[in-house]
Amino acid sequence: MNWLRTSSFFSIAAVLAFTTVIWYGAAVYLNSDVLIDKYDRKKIEWNFSKLVEDSWAMKRPVMPAPHQIMLDMKKSIFGYKISSKRSLVYHGWVTISSTLVGFAMGAVLGILLAVGIVHVSTLNKSVLPWIIASQTIPILAIAPMVIVVLGAIGVTGLLPKAIISAYLCFFPIAIGMVKGLRSPDPMHLDLMKTYNASKSQTFYKLRWPTSTPFLFASFKVSIAISLVGAIVGELPAGARAGLGARLLTGSYYGQTVQIWSALFVASIIAGSFVYLMTVMENRVQKRMGVQA
Amino acid sequence: MSFGVNTFLFALMPLIGAAAALFRKGVTVLMPGKIVITLVVASGCMATLNSVHSAESGTTSWGIWLYVVTLAGLMWEVMGFWSRVETQLNKKTGIVINLLVPLLFGGMLLYLWEMLTIGFEVPQVLLPAPSLIGVAFANSLEMLWADFQQTFLKAVLAGFFMGCVSGIVVAVLVDKVPFLQRGLLPLGNLASALPIVGVAPIMVMWFGFDWQSKAAVVVMMTFFPMLVNTLTGLKSTDRMELDLMHSYAADYWQMLLKVRLPNALPFIFNALKINSTLALIGAIVAEFFGTPIVGMGFRISTEIGRMNVDVVWASIAVAALSGSLFYALLAFLERQFTGWHPSFRVS
Repeated sequence: MNWLRTSSFFSIAAVLAFTTVIWYGAAVYLNSDVLIDKYDRKKIEWNFSKLVEDSWAMKRPVMPAPHQIMLDMKKSIFGYKISSKRSLVYHGWVTISSTLVGFAMGAVLGILLAVGIVHVSTLNKSVLPWIIASQTIPILAIAPMVIVVLGAIGVTGLLPKAIISAYLCFFPIAIGMVKGLRSPDPMHLDLMKTYNASKSQTFYKLRWPTSTPFLFASFKVSIAISLVGAIVGELPAGARAGLGARLLTGSYYGQTVQIWSALFVASIIAGSFVYLMTVMENRVQKRMGVQA
Repeated sequence: MSFGVNTFLFALMPLIGAAAALFRKGVTVLMPGKIVITLVVASGCMATLNSVHSAESGTTSWGIWLYVVTLAGLMWEVMGFWSRVETQLNKKTGIVINLLVPLLFGGMLLYLWEMLTIGFEVPQVLLPAPSLIGVAFANSLEMLWADFQQTFLKAVLAGFFMGCVSGIVVAVLVDKVPFLQRGLLPLGNLASALPIVGVAPIMVMWFGFDWQSKAAVVVMMTFFPMLVNTLTGLKSTDRMELDLMHSYAADYWQMLLKVRLPNALPFIFNALKINSTLALIGAIVAEFFGTPIVGMGFRISTEIGRMNVDVVWASIAVAALSGSLFYALLAFLERQFTGWHPSFRVS
């Protein structure tokens, strides 16, 4: 039985199963107040098993049970045409597209900044502290501002959200790449010098390849926060489409199940993005001859 | 355009400075020369600001922008020679210069922002000038203080404290059970990649509109980074050190308190620093989903609706300031508690 205790798959499954059990219990506990109140008003006879059954099948529960969320997800992902406003695929795609555009913008900005910081000493001294300080500012608080102001000058739709995502995700990339571009062994740098390599040759042949592990590590962090940026960016813009809009309308109309299913979809998207990054990282590393 | 004679004289100064620097290359080598050139360029900036402010609308000529572009170039040079100063030799000047250069850069950004918004008469709704934001800040100090109390002192601090402490406690407990460790660590890593801010509407539904719901969001957001970092930190202790403690016949608690937790401190502080920004974000975003009529998130979302953009920017300034100070405090504590760590040693 020892393999059971040492296998990480089994431990993860056990923790997940435990969480699910707790969840079902919590659903009963949190929904019971409302239900008992209802029973008393309607003078319905009730016992514990009826309470449990009802609390897992409420229409607007305080805490929905996992299977309710799954059913709602199934309904809203497969039940409608993907162009329908009710389809989660539609809302998910809106969010994913601005996430990806924002991520691309942030990545380009972050890498350019890092290259500048590594090569220009004035930039290193003057900009780097501000990049760090810029992240102690709650950028997401400015999100509604950015959306409204950009909307006022006629930029609407995908771009404002993407800008917020880009603002959030340029930081880990810039910091990671500064570290990565400075990571070559001094010996290797000296070797490049003895070859009389120019700055750009050193960059393409030594600094850039050495920084790939750092690049992918920061890509993984920033794609996840890019998604957060896109979701929050959807909150103030009147909330027409996107997962953030689903969250907002869900909270206006008390549709808890809808909120939870939007959250689950967001988590699945985040998880698969990070996974995709890992796959790409492994591919690239293999091509570069790194032994796993 | 009526500039006073003073403005004209001040505007002339950077030209003299630049000429001095050009014709006598040695001027910026020594410290006094550097300081003089910096002051001279700064006076030029003041002069242009003065003239732009006093000019009647629509009368600023293109000449002043040419001058501003040259000034910006000069400032870049100034930052350049300051940042080339050898900072390793003297610790005190090193600290001063490392503060000075970013301050100059920030000052330059503010200066250009003020110049451009005033000079080109950018509508206030789009981007108010820093001076107007300052005025709004001073006028609504009381309101901003109430917002700060509601969002930062109540929601953020309470949530931050609870989230971080529970993260550490759960990490210590989980660390005792290797089985849980293998199950929780990957899930915790996954959870820190999830958009946890999304639970904000649910928390507002559960805990009501007041600060408790915001604190709950903050707890959810800060818990996982703390858990994962503390777990990694607890694992980071050297085998040798543990063996040494073992040979001293130390029990579990002694090992934990004397070796493993101190070794985990850098990781814990790392998580604290990450969490300080997450906490503010969580509280402010949660306020978008419903609040009593006070709080920074509420202020931002309502004042933007009333197009009082200067108040919004003042609120953002408060958020930025409190976030940075919080971070700075944690960084200071980190220095105090983990000064022994190799990453702080001067190379």
